[in-house]
Amino acid sequence: MNGERPRISIRGLSKRFNSNVVLEDVDLDIMPGNSTTVIGMSGTGKSVLIKCILGLLKPDAGEILVDGENWLTLPKNEQLQRMQRIGMLFQGAALFDSLKVWENVSFALLMQNMGKKEAQERAIEVLEWVGLHGVADLMPAELSGGMAKRVGLARTICHKPDIVFFDEPTTGLDPIMSDVINRLIVRLHKGSGTTMLSITHDLKSAAMISDHIALLCHGRIHRKIAASELHSDQDPMLRQFVEGRAQGPINVSHWGQKIEEAIDR
Amino acid sequence: MIKLLTATGKLTESLCIHMGLYATTFAGTVKRMGSRPWHMRMLLQQAEEVGVQSLPVVMLTALFTGMVLALQSYIVFHRFAAESLTGLVVSMSLVRELGPVLVGLMVAGRVGASFAAELGTMRVTEQIDALWTLSTDPVRYLIMPRLIAVTLMMPLLVVIADFIGIYGGYAISVHVLDQNPVVYIENTTIYMELEDFYSGLVKAAFFGVLIGIIGCTEGFNCKGGAAGVGTATTRAVVISCMSILVSDYFLTAWMFG
Repeated sequence: MNGERPRISIRGLSKRFNSNVVLEDVDLDIMPGNSTTVIGMSGTGKSVLIKCILGLLKPDAGEILVDGENWLTLPKNEQLQRMQRIGMLFQGAALFDSLKVWENVSFALLMQNMGKKEAQERAIEVLEWVGLHGVADLMPAELSGGMAKRVGLARTICHKPDIVFFDEPTTGLDPIMSDVINRLIVRLHKGSGTTMLSITHDLKSAAMISDHIALLCHGRIHRKIAASELHSDQDPMLRQFVEGRAQGPINVSHWGQKIEEAIDR
Repeated sequence: MIKLLTATGKLTESLCIHMGLYATTFAGTVKRMGSRPWHMRMLLQQAEEVGVQSLPVVMLTALFTGMVLALQSYIVFHRFAAESLTGLVVSMSLVRELGPVLVGLMVAGRVGASFAAELGTMRVTEQIDALWTLSTDPVRYLIMPRLIAVTLMMPLLVVIADFIGIYGGYAISVHVLDQNPVVYIENTTIYMELEDFYSGLVKAAFFGVLIGIIGCTEGFNCKGGAAGVGTATTRAVVISCMSILVSDYFLTAWMFG
């Protein structure tokens, strides 16, 4: 790593909900300009990991360093200020229903007191970058799923963040629209050198948009590899996940085992 | 016996958690009022939604309450030839008690439910999380304008409701029950003091705070998808209405006791 400091460094992160341990002693480093994707089964805590980093959930233990600064110890108003450097694409796009598309896209800029005309022009420019023309004055309810996701992506990058998070960027989209979103993410990464952390269980998407892939399993980062090694790495857990097998070292939870037994019978 | 104790314990725990949530939300919101940004556009939008859009239901409620009150009072006072007091009873009841309470209940049903449903939907669709990631404080952006709007609009709605209700009583007394209009107006105004009017406005503002905090807190902390939004909305309306009725007694005892 040439002694370079990670942009995001997660150390010993743990999070439980009542007696359910979701994350246990998670360690993960993401270098500046790197795109890392965390893969893992549904319910393994991928979204919880991102929400802990963003301050939306409070971890039980551990630290999250962004450029060497522990975000968990910052007061709320300073955390909010740091958010100006962050972009986040939510799984369901999370567009604000009561605002027009262009207001959604330039929301962060409007909140930073940018003039309405200037913000609208910037929103239209970014919407065109994601391939959407003539939708600026529509309401989110008038958009299709793919369009909403692209508007979400436009909102994520409109204020030019240094670090971007993607929560299941292609879930619920058809293969062609998934490819469009993946290509836009790659274009963003290559064009601006933005540091990215994505979570997904779409392996095609993970291979396409990442430099590194980490497997989250049983609450821990089990393995981190270069994206190019995804199909050649021989780790048994990674193989089971990549090949999509129910049988293997990944324990598919108590009720999951029962389903498996029922299928075998 | 153990089941009863467990149920009582759970109920008490839930009550304490909710009281704590309301108190911390209120304190957090008031603390934010001292500094910018105040999101004036949101405040005006909410004031329009809470105030202007509640007018029809508030006016209709006040009108018919005043009319019924006049009818009932007249029937009772007629038994001991004191019909001339009808105007006084109608106006005093409306200004001191029925105006703020009925407007409070109507606004709790309309606005409290809308706050809880809107914020609840934003919570379950991750829009509130999105606000945070766009470096916007969700409490300042969503709760503060709603709380200020409902606290300011409630007294204004009550003033309108008082006048409409008193007019409803006048219309029935004069045009249906053949009372003398001059005597009616004189009896309505002569015994009424400014304190009677103000006390209703203080109650209205207090009820506004209750409606705002309960509706917003229930929605903001909503969990569990569409069913969670439904539960939050129902809770917001029921708890707001109960709180209005209970606090009305204590406010009355404090102000006139």
